Amino acid sequence: MTNLPNSSIGVSLPRPDARRLASGHGTYTDDIELPRMLHMALVRSPYAHAMIKSIDTTEAAQAKGVARVITAVDLADICTPFVAGIEFLPDMVSPPQYPLALGEVAWQGEAICAVLAESRALAEDAAELVYVEWEELPAVVDSVEALEPDSPLVHSVLNSNLAMAMPVSKGDTKTAFAEAAVVVEHFFEFGRQAGMALETRSVVADFEPASRQLTVYQSHQSPYQMQDVYARHLGLDEHQVRVIAKDVGGAFGLKLHAYPDEMAAVAASVLMGRPVKYIVDRQESFAADIHAREMTAAGRLAVDSKGYILGVEVDVLSAIGAYSVYPRTSVGEGIQAVQFTGAPYRLPNFKGNVRVVYQNKTPTGAYRAVGQPIGCAVIEQLLDLAAAELGIDPVAIRSLNHLNSADLPIKAAGGLEIENISLDTCLDEILKKMNYEQLRKDQAEERQNNIFRGIGLATFVEQTAVGSGLYGPAGIRVSAQEGCNLRLDPSGVIRCATSTTEQGQGILAGIQQVVADVLGVNFDNISVQAGDGGATPYGGGSWASRGMAIGGEAARQAAVDLRQKILAAAAAISQERPENLKLVAGEIFSPVKSLMDLSELASIVHFRQDTLPQDLDIEMNVTRHFLPREFPYYMANGIQASYLEVDTGTGAITLLDHWVVEDCGTVINPMLVNEQLRGGIVQGLGAALYEHAFYDESGQLLTATLADYVVPLASDMPDIHVSHVENPALGTELGAKGAGEAGTLGAPAAVWCAVNDALRPLDTRVWKQPFTPAHILEALHT
Amino acid sequence: MSDAVSVKMTVNGTSVEKQVEPRQHLTDFLRTELGLTGNHIGCEHGVCGACSVRVDGQVVRGCLMLATQADGAIVETIEGVVESGEVNGLIDAFVSRNALQCGFCTPGMILTAAELLSEGELLERAQIRDELSGNICRCTGYHSIVDAVESVLDKEDGRVSDDKLA
Repeated sequence: MTNLPNSSIGVSLPRPDARRLASGHGTYTDDIELPRMLHMALVRSPYAHAMIKSIDTTEAAQAKGVARVITAVDLADICTPFVAGIEFLPDMVSPPQYPLALGEVAWQGEAICAVLAESRALAEDAAELVYVEWEELPAVVDSVEALEPDSPLVHSVLNSNLAMAMPVSKGDTKTAFAEAAVVVEHFFEFGRQAGMALETRSVVADFEPASRQLTVYQSHQSPYQMQDVYARHLGLDEHQVRVIAKDVGGAFGLKLHAYPDEMAAVAASVLMGRPVKYIVDRQESFAADIHAREMTAAGRLAVDSKGYILGVEVDVLSAIGAYSVYPRTSVGEGIQAVQFTGAPYRLPNFKGNVRVVYQNKTPTGAYRAVGQPIGCAVIEQLLDLAAAELGIDPVAIRSLNHLNSADLPIKAAGGLEIENISLDTCLDEILKKMNYEQLRKDQAEERQNNIFRGIGLATFVEQTAVGSGLYGPAGIRVSAQEGCNLRLDPSGVIRCATSTTEQGQGILAGIQQVVADVLGVNFDNISVQAGDGGATPYGGGSWASRGMAIGGEAARQAAVDLRQKILAAAAAISQERPENLKLVAGEIFSPVKSLMDLSELASIVHFRQDTLPQDLDIEMNVTRHFLPREFPYYMANGIQASYLEVDTGTGAITLLDHWVVEDCGTVINPMLVNEQLRGGIVQGLGAALYEHAFYDESGQLLTATLADYVVPLASDMPDIHVSHVENPALGTELGAKGAGEAGTLGAPAAVWCAVNDALRPLDTRVWKQPFTPAHILEALHT
Repeated sequence: MSDAVSVKMTVNGTSVEKQVEPRQHLTDFLRTELGLTGNHIGCEHGVCGACSVRVDGQVVRGCLMLATQADGAIVETIEGVVESGEVNGLIDAFVSRNALQCGFCTPGMILTAAELLSEGELLERAQIRDELSGNICRCTGYHSIVDAVESVLDKEDGRVSDDKLA
C-alpha cells in the first residue's frame, strides 16, 4: 500500500452513516411516500399444494378505498413468467413462476391475488373479501419421501421431485476406507432457517406511463440485477428502468432474489400507471422470504493410526422448497455443502454426492454463507469423532491435516481452488487466545462436579469475492464486476460512486478509507454514493462477500488514476515534474515545499481552463471496474472456538465464550471487520441453538412470528473475541478478501463440536440442528 | 370501519390534534400522520422492539398501543430525544463503537438504553444484556451494543473506560 503519513487503511474509523441512522434519520423503503401512491396487500395460499378453482373479487373490488383487485390473468400481458434454471444442467426443471400464482400453488403463502387501495389497512380489509375456491392436493413435505417412487409431485409441471444430482469424486475412497485404522460416521440434520432481516422486504414501484420510465425503490442488495429482471420481464428497455436501494435494514442474502410478490407490486404499478407500495409484513416475511439450510448429510471419515485423513465421503440431500428461486437458483446450498466438506484439509480421496429435491414449502435461496456452514460442520464433527477414537486431542488431528503453505496453491478435493490461506497460524493464535490447555483443565475439573462443558473448534475456508465463473456459465445474468467512479469537485472534495451496496456492513466507509488513503485526501473530504442502479457504475452490488475485495480494489484503481491526473495538472500549473509531486491530505507537495491545496487546483481545472496548456488532461473524473480473473475467487480462512455448558437435567445450553481468528487478507477497518464477524457468528449461533422454520405434515408453517421463530437475543449471547491474521489476497493490490460470511460459516460447527464434546462422557451425541433442549434430552435419553 | 375519533397528545414537545381511525396503532400514527419515521415496524406483534417510543416517560412498543390510548399522553420518539440532546452521549458511544449496522433496530435500542441509564445503576455486562433483550438486533451480535452502553455507564460513574474496540 501507499503507506502515506495520512494512511487511513487499517484504522478503526467510525462510519459516516452511523449517526444519521442512530438518530432515526434513515430512509428505509417504507419511509418513502409518493403522490397518488397505492398500497398493496396480498391474498396468499392457505394450502401447501392446491389448484385454484376460482377467485371471486367482486366484493373486494367494491370495498372502501380500493382502486383495483388483480389476479394472475390481469398481469399476464404485463409480466412474463420466470424460471431459474442452469444452462449447463438442461435436465433441471423448475416450474415457471408468476407474480401471482396461475392455476396452481405449491407452497403455503404463495400469493394469488393483489388488492390495491388507498392505504395498507384498506387493502387488507378488502383482501379478506376475496373468495377463493380451492382443490387441495397432496403436499410433499419430507425430503426423503419426496424421492420415493410413489410420491406425489410438488408441482404438476414436474416429472420428478428431484431437481438435480451431482456426484463429485477424487481418488478411491473404497480402498481408503478399507485400509483405514479408524472409520467414523455421523448423520446430520440441518433445520430449515429464515434469514430474518429486521426490515422486511419492501418495494415502492413508480411507473410513469407517458415516458415509460420505471423507478423502483427497493430494499435490495443488487439494484443492477433487478433492473435487468424488471426490464426483461416487463417488456421495457433496460435504460427505462432505475432501481434505487436507499437505506437497507439488513439483507444477509435474502434480499438478493426476485420475489413474485415484489414482481407483482412492480407489475401493478405498470398496470395502474401509478406508484405502488408493498411492504412485506413479518408473517409474510416468514412465509415468503427465501428459507435456507434444510438438509441432511451422511458423512464418513477414514484416518490412519496417526490421525492422517485417508478419505472422506459425504452424501447430501438438500430440500429447496417448491421452486428454484429466481434468478440465482436454489441449488448452491447443496453443492457448496459438498464442496466445503473437508476443504481446509488434505483429502487424498473424496467422494461427495448432492441431491436437490423439491417439496411443498417456501423456496430456499442464498442466505449468508450458502452451504458452507454445513460442509464445515460435517468435517469438523467427523474429525472430533476420529480424534476421540484414536485418543488424540482435537487440536492434534486438525494440525496434522490442515492445508499448509507447502500444499498451496491447490485444487481441493471438492473442486475448490485455494491459493493462499493461513490455517496453522490461525490455529496457534486461537489456542493462545482461548488459553486452550487451561480450558481443558477447567473442563475436566467441572466434570468432577457433574458439570458438562464442551470445547469445539471449527476450521474454515470462506469463498469470497467470486468472479463470473459462478453465474456466467449457468446463464444467470448477474455481474461479478464492481465499479467505482471518482470525481474532483471545484472545492477540492471528492465524490465517489460505487456499485457496491450497503446493508449495514459499513462497506461504504471502507471504500471511503481506500480512496482517502490511495488518493491522498482527508476521509472527511469524500462522500460516497451507492445503491442507485441508474446513477452509479454498473456492477453486482453486495453478495458473496465481495464489497471490499472487489469494490475496494476498483476504488483503489480509480484513486490511483485520479491521483495521476491531479498530479499532472498540478505539475503543469506549478512548472514541476509530475513524478516529483505528492498529494498528501489534500495538499500537493514538491520535494521541497507545499505547492497548493487540492481546492486551488480543483478551482483552476473547473473554472480557469483558459490558463492551462491545451493538451493537458483536465477531466478530473475516473471510472474503473474490477473483477477477479486470475483467480476464480479469494479464499479467506480462519478458526472459531466455542466453550459452552450443557445442562443435562433441562437440556439447556449456555454459551460461555466464543473466539475467532480470521484471515480476510488486508484489513481496511478493524472495527468494522470485527463487527461483521461478531454479527455473523451470532447468526451462526442462532442456527445452532434456536432458529428453525418448522412445518407440520401438511406443509403448514408453524413458525410465522418472531415469538415462534426464535432468533438470538442480547441475553443469550456471549462476548466474542476476534483477532486477525493478515495474509493478503494475491489477485489485487489492495489484498482484501471478504469477511461477511466467515462468522456464520464457522459458528454452527464450533457449537456442534462443543456440544458433543460436553456429551462425550455420557456416550451420546446430537445429530439435529438446532440443538434445542428437547433434542439434547432426546440425545441423552434414547 | 368505525368513524374517526379525535386524539390529542404532546409529541416531542408539540401539541398535536388529529382525527384517527380507532384501530390505528401508535407507530402507524406517528409514521403516517406525523412523518416520524425514526420508529420502525419490525414485526408488528410486540417482539422485536424496533417501534419503541416513550409514552408518559416509559418506553413502550408503539405497535401494541392504539393511537387513541395515547390520548392526552406525552409521547417522545427518537427524533425528539435526539433534538433535545438527551441521548447525545449514547449516540456518540454507538457511533464510535459501531454499535449499529443497518440501523433499523437502533432508535428503539437507544430509547431502551436511555431508560436503563436513567435508572442510575452501575450494571454488569450480563445485566445490560438482560435489559436489552427485548430489542432484537440481527446485525451486530450485541457485543458492541453492550460495549457502547457500558462505556456511557462508566463515564457517568466518573471512571475512565478501557479501549473496547478490539
